[in-house]
Amino acid sequence: MNKHATSNLKAEKIAGGVATDQRHDSAHKHVSGAAVYIDDMPEPAGTLHVGLGLSKVAHGTLKSVDISAVRSAPGVVDVLTYADVPGENDVSPSGMHDDPVLAEGKVQFFGQPIFAVIAETRDAARRAARLAKIEYDEIPAILGIWPLDPVTDRLVTTPLTLRRGDAAAAIAAAPRRVKGRMKLGGQDHFYLEGQVSLAVPGEDDEVTVYCSTQGPSETQHLVSHALGVPSHAVTVEVRRMGGGFGGKETQANQCAAIAAIAAKKLKRAVKVRLDRDEDMTATGKRHDFAIDYEVGFDDEGNILGVDFMFALNAGFSADLSGPVGDRALFHCDNAYFYPNVHAKSAPLYTNTVSNTAFRGFGGPQGMIGAERIIDEVAFAVGKDPLEIRKLNFYDPMEAIGRRNVTPYHQKVEDNIIQRIVAELEESANYPRRRREIQAFNANSRFIKRGLALTPVKFGISFTKTESNQAGALVHVYADGSVHMNHGGTEMGQGLHLKVAQVVAEEFQIDLERVKITATTTAKVPNTAPTAASSGADLNGMAAQNAARQIRQRLTDFAAERYQVPVDQVVFLPNRVRVGNQEVSFNDLVRQAYIARVQLSAAGFYKTPKIHWDRGKGQGHAFYYYAYGAACAEVSVDTLTGEYVVERADILHDCGRSLNRAIDIGQVEGGFIQGMGWLTTEELWWDDKGRLRTHAPSTYKIPLASDRPKIFNVALTDWSQAYEPTIHRSKAVGEPPLPHGMSVLHALSDAVASVADHKICPRLDAPATPERVLMAIERLKKEVKSGA
Amino acid sequence: MARVSIRNEIRFILNGRNVVLSSVAPDATLLDWLRLDRSLRGTKEGCAEGDCGACTVLVGKLSAGGLVYESVNACIRFLGSLDGTHVVTVEHLRGEPGQLHPVQQAMVDFHGSQCGFCTPGFVMSLYGLWMKTPDPSNAAIEKALQGNLCRCTGYEAIMRAAHAISSYGKAAKDPLAVERKAIMARLEAMQDGARIEIGSAKARLIVPANVDDFAAILDKEPGATIVAGSTDVGLWVTKHMRDISPVIFIGNLDGLCAISEDQSVISIGAGVTYTDAFSTLANRIPALGPLFDRIGGEQVRNMGTIGGNIANGSPIGDTPPPLIALGARLTLRKGSKRRTIPLETFFIAYGKQDRQPGEFVEAVHVPVPAKGEKFAVYKITKRRDEDITAALGAFFLTLAQDGTVADVRIAYGGMAATPKRASAVEKALLGKPWTEETVGTAMAEYTRDFTPLTDMRASAEYRALAAKNLLLRFFVEATGTKAPFQVSRNEAA
Repeated sequence: MNKHATSNLKAEKIAGGVATDQRHDSAHKHVSGAAVYIDDMPEPAGTLHVGLGLSKVAHGTLKSVDISAVRSAPGVVDVLTYADVPGENDVSPSGMHDDPVLAEGKVQFFGQPIFAVIAETRDAARRAARLAKIEYDEIPAILGIWPLDPVTDRLVTTPLTLRRGDAAAAIAAAPRRVKGRMKLGGQDHFYLEGQVSLAVPGEDDEVTVYCSTQGPSETQHLVSHALGVPSHAVTVEVRRMGGGFGGKETQANQCAAIAAIAAKKLKRAVKVRLDRDEDMTATGKRHDFAIDYEVGFDDEGNILGVDFMFALNAGFSADLSGPVGDRALFHCDNAYFYPNVHAKSAPLYTNTVSNTAFRGFGGPQGMIGAERIIDEVAFAVGKDPLEIRKLNFYDPMEAIGRRNVTPYHQKVEDNIIQRIVAELEESANYPRRRREIQAFNANSRFIKRGLALTPVKFGISFTKTESNQAGALVHVYADGSVHMNHGGTEMGQGLHLKVAQVVAEEFQIDLERVKITATTTAKVPNTAPTAASSGADLNGMAAQNAARQIRQRLTDFAAERYQVPVDQVVFLPNRVRVGNQEVSFNDLVRQAYIARVQLSAAGFYKTPKIHWDRGKGQGHAFYYYAYGAACAEVSVDTLTGEYVVERADILHDCGRSLNRAIDIGQVEGGFIQGMGWLTTEELWWDDKGRLRTHAPSTYKIPLASDRPKIFNVALTDWSQAYEPTIHRSKAVGEPPLPHGMSVLHALSDAVASVADHKICPRLDAPATPERVLMAIERLKKEVKSGA
Repeated sequence: MARVSIRNEIRFILNGRNVVLSSVAPDATLLDWLRLDRSLRGTKEGCAEGDCGACTVLVGKLSAGGLVYESVNACIRFLGSLDGTHVVTVEHLRGEPGQLHPVQQAMVDFHGSQCGFCTPGFVMSLYGLWMKTPDPSNAAIEKALQGNLCRCTGYEAIMRAAHAISSYGKAAKDPLAVERKAIMARLEAMQDGARIEIGSAKARLIVPANVDDFAAILDKEPGATIVAGSTDVGLWVTKHMRDISPVIFIGNLDGLCAISEDQSVISIGAGVTYTDAFSTLANRIPALGPLFDRIGGEQVRNMGTIGGNIANGSPIGDTPPPLIALGARLTLRKGSKRRTIPLETFFIAYGKQDRQPGEFVEAVHVPVPAKGEKFAVYKITKRRDEDITAALGAFFLTLAQDGTVADVRIAYGGMAATPKRASAVEKALLGKPWTEETVGTAMAEYTRDFTPLTDMRASAEYRALAAKNLLLRFFVEATGTKAPFQVSRNEAA
């Protein structure tokens, strides 16, 4: 099809600009199996495949590693150990030098890669990997954080403390006090496409790695360290991932490094693709937490002082555990003002896989702590938790109040949670359903219903300031078609589409004229990983910046060429009005090319305003906040703990959405993923430290039939970003995930009904049917013993 | 016994083309063959254990009903088991010239994909559903998608797409409908009644010509791996890399796929899949319907067999406890010799069944509860659908005229090393008035019957508690009060 001929030169609006509902740019390829993921790319002739040899103990020194049988197995070309790493045997993203590519001398978790078999086929490599004879001198292993002391036990990195006011004094002076401890499980990413890298050796020290990574620049840098070559020798490219969710922010690097090392050593293309069991065993997950809390409050339920200790299971290395713990603290207020607060993180060392980024990055765990406190206060004063929530919200943005300072001393300037909660209460019929549920429970002996409405306030920006930058590269070809590239990666979230919409909008050309291309470190360097929900905010701005440079050149050119003032050059849909005549965009571009105007530009953006002093625990950590609220209703079988989600209503703030269709998909998907985390997704290690829920047969993410029976999702159609973000839209990747909290609290509400809502159920997560039933039993016993 | 002819190749149709393979490893999977040998890479590997559905393809097989297309997991479907079938992958979906197929277009328009990796599998599952049920209910869609995991969308958009498919085209005009007769003719032409033998020495596969042939082969090769649906053996290969040669594929044996019924008994051949058994069992023994809907996902139900579920002797198989409670009997066969035993006695100990070398499970005979006989089965899992049992209880009870318990059989899965009767509990109920008080007394007896284990599915404490509570649930349900006693997902599909 000759797309050149199809642009509508009389259109009033371009097709596919910002704030329009566009289908995912790859949708037609997804549905037909034509979308190419790393493992679908045609392999270069002679491509070799990797099988990993994994540790069979949780902690020990490597007494002997006998790989002779592995080497002589059919199809095996080579076996790599740490000694084959030409550069640094390390892929630590934190600079702590504690993440070996292949274990050296000791192993620190069950499943840690010790060697890599390189064979003619993947099957041969996997079979051979099982033939190693490895002897360990076992060392006592720390298999979980629950028994640890967050103050005295070993940490992987420096903890963070936030302090405002005098929490201890406020709690001591408060009329009421509650203290408790909450257990909060981790979560496997369960991206459908597992970790995969294909390395193709080039000339001299060059190598190209096709890698399913959220952070191509980081992968590039760590591969270059492992190879001992400059970054300029390594190119990392990714067109799309089959899901990421944070699990490919740092966790892609190890496979990439192994593939690259093998490819350079053997001078052949090498592919690493982990089996699902290996992926779940050997790569990091969302951190499980132990949250110690104490809250002081008055008889009305006003919170006066809060003290938190967020202990998180870092695993054997630092990875991103420091920043994850930080973000938990940044969200330990959720949407609530704490007059006095003291909060501390403790990223604890254990002999389990090193935990990592996962959608929300500790934020959801922080919010769960806040919501547990709300529950405690509500049960203590005998009110609906929703009342306590409303009582303790930050002041709304229009109020000139003092209740708007966070535990990290940033002012909340854009708070819209009151309006969101009010609208949701009404659209979800909260008060009426609260009464109906009471009546239902009074008449139902075994099935109990529960209802909860939980808010979300989520801070947007990387707290690592240097990550808040982005680049883009835009070419306009002489035919007027546009090639767009930026540092962000596509993992299904529609980032490329949103950025393409921004570029189309700048040039006022139809979206189909903008070509989306693979992310590569060769086009845009030194980029942040696509994480922290920042993809569209950062890269949209960078691409807009690039497009504006070219547009300015076209404007200047047109003004000169047609001898009109610059302000008489106006970009209209697919055409440009120059003075009193109209020229098609394509014709103007052609003329500009002939006149030797540069039609390519590199764009750049850095987020303004933000700063953060970690030592002091103070700063303007976030550019802005995204808000939302969810209301969930459940039915619980008090004989077995089984439950269903009857209904969920969500109202979420995306500012002026760039693409509502995409954003609603993020909200729906985020909610379900958050619900899964807090309900059926249970990571279970045995007493040897071996993960026994390492595949979908044992690790249960939500199915279609776990959706709420009634599921209403809406975006606030009135909100807009308080700051000048890209077209006043707001980030949407992570903020909807904590809406899953509404299900946990609805379950808690149903459990509470067996004790007439007199006892806080303290329901831990994941709230599997087992945990729900055990909480019910505990409450029943407490009622009996109290009676 | 009649001599059978022997063929050394398998023949089937892949999308539009006939395929003849004379070199097939006994453990070669359909997925690896599609991706590596045929470079058909629209079909994805997500888990290699039949749980995520990213590898879903349709397999058309000739049956009494003509040519039936069913979704299966290509990751655990063995290539050698495909003789005489039509394999359809996502690459074969076609719409009007230059257009996507209705299933695909609906998924696009309703934003049913995000990362897209699971999407071909969803498309294939929805395609399979749409061909059979063009306007499905919510429940029917959810059931068809139980074996498909999506981590991005939260499913809502996929559900919207699924409801809209028929507005994009008519199932009757679908290419697979239009071409059905021609495909059937091609498949029929492949059938020659021969036994298939491929490979030699350490890597052999055999597809018997018929049940008698199978019996004779197994008698001679008692160490062979018998594969019916491969929903379990598939994982021996993909996860444990076990050597399974020689393999005997029995999934296609008509003689094992029969269901016969009379007034009081249903006999099910060992090769009958969950899907094929569903309508008869759910119709005659309604309590089994909801249970069968929760075994595996649709793909697994299309492949897995009741015979296999029994024969592998797992303590967490979902069919043995209800069949034991119903008093089912099992026919085993070795060569031409048959014996029929109570199903309960088949399970001797963990990993040990009453099956002699060379013997195979041929059929199971299930008594149908008579009027007035109460029967129920409850499965407890972490996730409601497509999950492996933590504990499963089955209850069969008859009352005497005076309201006392005249007969009772209670069997559990997940509570012991084998599917096991709750004999102490039964004893506490037998002859007693069927009252909540009696039930309360009997619940205390569970500790005599079971000492469950703690594992990743549930703790011992939870299993013990939930298991005994199921008796109370059975009591209140059986006494016919109207209030809800279980949480439920949907009205009937």
